[in-house]
Amino acid sequence: MKGHIIIDSGLCKECHLCIEACKKGLITPSHEFNSRGYRPVCFNQERGECTGCALCAIVCPDIAIEVYRE
Amino acid sequence: MKKVFERPKSMKKNIFHYCAGCGHSIAHRLIAEVIDELGIRGVLIGVLPAGCAVLAYNYFDVDMIEAQHGRGPATATGIKRALPDRVVFCYQGDGDLAAIGIAESFHAANRGENITVVFINNAVYGMTGGQMAPTSMLGQRTTTSPGGRKSLLDGYPIQVSEVFSLLPGTSYIERCTVNSPASILKAKKAIRKAFQCQIDGRGFSLVEILSPCPTNWKMTPIESCRWIDEVMSKTFPLGVIKDLPEIKKKGDKRHDG
Repeated sequence: MKGHIIIDSGLCKECHLCIEACKKGLITPSHEFNSRGYRPVCFNQERGECTGCALCAIVCPDIAIEVYRE
Repeated sequence: MKKVFERPKSMKKNIFHYCAGCGHSIAHRLIAEVIDELGIRGVLIGVLPAGCAVLAYNYFDVDMIEAQHGRGPATATGIKRALPDRVVFCYQGDGDLAAIGIAESFHAANRGENITVVFINNAVYGMTGGQMAPTSMLGQRTTTSPGGRKSLLDGYPIQVSEVFSLLPGTSYIERCTVNSPASILKAKKAIRKAFQCQIDGRGFSLVEILSPCPTNWKMTPIESCRWIDEVMSKTFPLGVIKDLPEIKKKGDKRHDG
């Protein structure tokens, strides 16, 4: 595992810019609502290996993503 | 594992009130990152506009003052002249800078005030419900131009950066956008350079950011990012518009700050 992201589901507003930015397609929409009525995206590690490139975090308008890399 | 991306230190842990996919929040984060990198958090004073960004003092953990509508550069002029050792930046939208406050901004630029202006151009009046702004595209549908903007009736979109670049007082002007990871990194570089310009005492610097407004453009955030590339950047070409090496003003200690 090279990289890892943590999505703060309380901050996400489901703009889906991170889904567009992730080259590996590891971020997917979800159907569960958060306390503010949005359906935050989720990080699926089983779909591939995260490289920790931080593109998702750079485009995230709500600073909901933290990126960790080895 | 090492943390490589986190919330900037000069950004409070509040939830943005902006709509999903709004460019304001990206611009806020970029400014906060630049403040952290330059280490100017203790000497920075921000001047806020009327518009969507009116509550930005809830998000920045620096000193902030709220200007009257459009009078940000005039307020910033006063602050900078009274406290020349502070770094002063003005955050303005297109309704604030290009419409009601064009006189104050224009003359602050013409005087070559040593301030930085971050100009968010989203081609509509965002806060009041998507009315036509001076920067709206020709043919753009807004709530006050339902048949599209017509040049005979409403005039042409104002290219603020090009107009300001003709003034001898301005030193650094760049137009960038925040619709993709590469352009966001470019925008951060531009903001950093504009602040550095002020710290070096080179005079008025302006960064225009083409910012998506999905709610008032009636698009999804991803469509609005594409619209910037396909339509908006044709009218507002991206790039460095002016970059003067230095303004020579002999005996003028105002520009030493």
